[in-house]
Amino acid sequence: MSAVVTEHDDHHDHGPEKGLLRWVFTTNHKDIGTLYLVFALAMFFVGGTMALIIRSELFQPGMQFVEPQFFNSMTTMHALVMVFGAVMPAFVGLANWMIPMMIGAPDMALPRMNNMSFWVLVAGVLLLASTLFMEGGAPASGWTLYPPLVLQTGNALPFAIFSVHLLGISSIMGAINIIATIFNMRAPGMTLMKMPLFVWTWLITAFLLIAVMPVFAGGVTMLLTDKFFDTSFFDAAGGGDPVLYQHIFWFFGHPEVYIMILPTFGVASTIIPVFARKPLFGYSSMVIATIGIAFLSFIVWSHHMFTVGMPMAGELYFMYATMMIAIPTGVKIFNWTATMWKGSMTFETPMLFSIAFVVLFTLGGFTGLMMALAPLDFQYHDTYFIVAHFHYTLVPASIFILQAAAYYWLPKWTGHMYNEKLAQLHFWLSAISVNILFFPQHFLGLAGMPRRIPDYAVQFADWNMISSIGAFIYGFSQLIFLYIVIQTIRQGTGEKVTDEVWEDAKKHGLEWHLPSPPPYHTFTTPPKVIPTEHI
Amino acid sequence: MKITKQLFAGIALMAFSLGTAYADYTLNLMKGVTEQSNEIYDLHMLILWICVFIGIAVFGTMFYSIYHHRKSKGHEAAQFHESTKVEIIWTIIPTVILISMAIPATKTLLTLDDVENSEMTIKVTGWQWKWQYEYLDEEPSFFSTLDAASNEARQVGSGIDPTTVPNYLLDVDKPLVVPIKTKIRFLFTAGDVLHSWWVPDLGWKKDTIPGFFTEAWTYIDKPGVYRGQCAELCGKDHGFMPIVVVALEKDEYDEWLDNYPDNGAASYPDGTWAAQAACAGSECTKDELMQIGETVYTNNCASCHMPGGEGIAGTFPAISGSPIVTGDIAGQIGLMLKGKGMMPAFEQSISDLEFAAVVTYTRNALGNNVGDLVQPAEIAAMKSK
Ligand code: HEM
Ligand SMILES: [Cu+2]
Ligand SMILES: [Cu+2]
Repeated sequence: MSAVVTEHDDHHDHGPEKGLLRWVFTTNHKDIGTLYLVFALAMFFVGGTMALIIRSELFQPGMQFVEPQFFNSMTTMHALVMVFGAVMPAFVGLANWMIPMMIGAPDMALPRMNNMSFWVLVAGVLLLASTLFMEGGAPASGWTLYPPLVLQTGNALPFAIFSVHLLGISSIMGAINIIATIFNMRAPGMTLMKMPLFVWTWLITAFLLIAVMPVFAGGVTMLLTDKFFDTSFFDAAGGGDPVLYQHIFWFFGHPEVYIMILPTFGVASTIIPVFARKPLFGYSSMVIATIGIAFLSFIVWSHHMFTVGMPMAGELYFMYATMMIAIPTGVKIFNWTATMWKGSMTFETPMLFSIAFVVLFTLGGFTGLMMALAPLDFQYHDTYFIVAHFHYTLVPASIFILQAAAYYWLPKWTGHMYNEKLAQLHFWLSAISVNILFFPQHFLGLAGMPRRIPDYAVQFADWNMISSIGAFIYGFSQLIFLYIVIQTIRQGTGEKVTDEVWEDAKKHGLEWHLPSPPPYHTFTTPPKVIPTEHI
Repeated sequence: MKITKQLFAGIALMAFSLGTAYADYTLNLMKGVTEQSNEIYDLHMLILWICVFIGIAVFGTMFYSIYHHRKSKGHEAAQFHESTKVEIIWTIIPTVILISMAIPATKTLLTLDDVENSEMTIKVTGWQWKWQYEYLDEEPSFFSTLDAASNEARQVGSGIDPTTVPNYLLDVDKPLVVPIKTKIRFLFTAGDVLHSWWVPDLGWKKDTIPGFFTEAWTYIDKPGVYRGQCAELCGKDHGFMPIVVVALEKDEYDEWLDNYPDNGAASYPDGTWAAQAACAGSECTKDELMQIGETVYTNNCASCHMPGGEGIAGTFPAISGSPIVTGDIAGQIGLMLKGKGMMPAFEQSISDLEFAAVVTYTRNALGNNVGDLVQPAEIAAMKSK
């Protein structure tokens, strides 16, 4: 099996251009992957800073630091930056780096468009960030941008909307590229049902993106025309309906949350078997469950709107449909558990983060199931219970897995080993503080604290303070991650890593057959043997 | 490693010692005071326990495996990687559990929806940032805003300790008064943006939507004071528009109704109420207008334009020295009637008297000294144009 590669470092293997322009004009999937990942990490810290502003204000009852309007801008911008600037780009970065290497392709199918989708993303996020300095402040109506409130935004409104357009264009281009790559560039023998799950989940995610980003773009464009061109899509006075916007938004928004979680599932399914030294349990049921979740994600959107006064038939339908998501989600969790069962496990940092992901994501799934029951959601909706739910499905899920992926593949990318001790410190600090941060928010929501408020009644003081303490520990722990990443890029522990990096990883994926770090161009001739241990 | 352990011990200690600061918190959903809220509570507990049970099974298996099936213990990896039988089992069992959850949930949902046979109806309108209550078929109709003490304490840097304010952020000037053991129907709508009317003790929240009506009902078992908040983000002061429902025995409620409106305005500062009564239906003096205007300003304007009228640079213009407030009076009235950008329209949300009073007040206080005044009748005339 080790004879797979060897032939690619041939005569015309040239390295990257020198200097800064390499990064501006690059069409190389590894360079672009790096750009995405570095940008996402930077935005993770920008969004994180906003979160710490929010948690500082909420540390105690009373208004200490910021005006309520600015507070609302912070919750809005925090969410938009984290979703569109950090989590989504980070997964596109991973896709760029890993999909060609996992399917034995020399590069992405559309390298120039690849470059463009990155720079359009940067333009979109910068445009969004610039609204912070505009008259009237940044958008403050929540990341959902509900009218009529969003129409009260100051000068920032059209800029925020155009930035959503740019982000959408960037995502769609990225998605097209991924689909084209997966369908056209697989090495001979790499049949669809032999692809690693990370590739599978991204393939499905890409279809979700193409399906829903235009819907969101359409929705915000209707906001734009309502505001500036006298239409009244969402204005009852002109025959429109504000709730129509919510339907449009959540038709995008619910698949959007799965856009952030499906690649997470893919990475977890890639990492867990390697450290359990066992094949993934139930490969085909994983693929089917992913497709099932993706399909269901299109038909459950109104579970975000149980309190808008839908007809009974609507409430019942959306309740039953939402509950059904628990079935394929459960299948995945059971499969991961069965993969660990009777394995021969070791607990390096990528595995630690992956196990924490399985446990804590499951908690988020439980609260999701509770909220799926419409009568219960009449109490939970728009409280801190929801905040706890989606943070459990995003922070100790998507973010943990992104960091697991970084630890897992950094040695491959850089040829240097990261500092395992520090990384484990990072893990334990993160895993404990993330629970100090978000678990008490369940209590707050149940006890009656609405979300998106800058100040609260005194009976909510204790858990808010604990939550804020957790937030600061979690936030500052991420500096350890930053340090580890930089150190690993520079020289790591100094120890030279093997091609395989992790014991027997070659059996699990093509990337481990390449040298560490891989040459600038890989698989210019396709690999001969396809590893199948992950199936 | 030792340092991290100490750190955690420190945090844990801190976390527990905090508990003594305010004893009043709860961890779980409240049972509430209606049959609906009790049913929701029971359903919540049922699902919670089912989740706990599943959690123990799944996490138990996982941690057993993590403990026993590790390489450091010399455990050899098995190589199985599928089993149609178990996969079918763990698809069917959750399906059965889900169906058993769906049945009681459907039942509860159906009862919540049934607004028929209600004995009275209250129309609730959400405004930035107050609630309007209109008792259909009865006289009472009034606005309910955050109480003055909370409002003062919640200003940035007020220096007032919120723990010293009774019911901080959960008190209003005029509560909604309702009878117990009566099926009350609520009709919800909004005047500007979305809001959501939520009193946890009643068991539900309902969005209020401009231009549309939504409805819900309640039947309260026990007299008491039940507090809630707006639950849908509605702008700057979303966190500061609480709801207070006072549920009275039927005879006490009838008494309250008979004495309305005198008691309805009880929480206005004394002088304001006297002034309002004095000039009702006739020409007001400037002093009367100024006195009422001050209260109206505090309740409706100060949250953006600041109590001293200085505004917030870049976001909310100052009233003091404003070219609009010191300019043509009709221009100021026009802007206030229709609203502008983040500023809400006040056409419907305050009375003609309150409108005239606050216009007069802003032109002659807060550092302005224009000298003119406007009568309620003139406001009414401008509205009809
Ligand atoms: C078992 C699976 C899940 C179920 C049944 C579920 C159910 C729900 C429901 C019913 C709500 C609406 C609650 C409300 O606003 O009242 C909700 C909100 C939310 N969920 Fe989930 N969820 C699940 C998994 C996920 C996952 C995997 C993610 C993200 C990766 C996610 C992210 C979110 C977000 C972001 C919101 C809040 C959006 C907002 O209002 O701002 N959920 N979920
Ligand atoms: Cu959803
Ligand atoms: Cu509100």
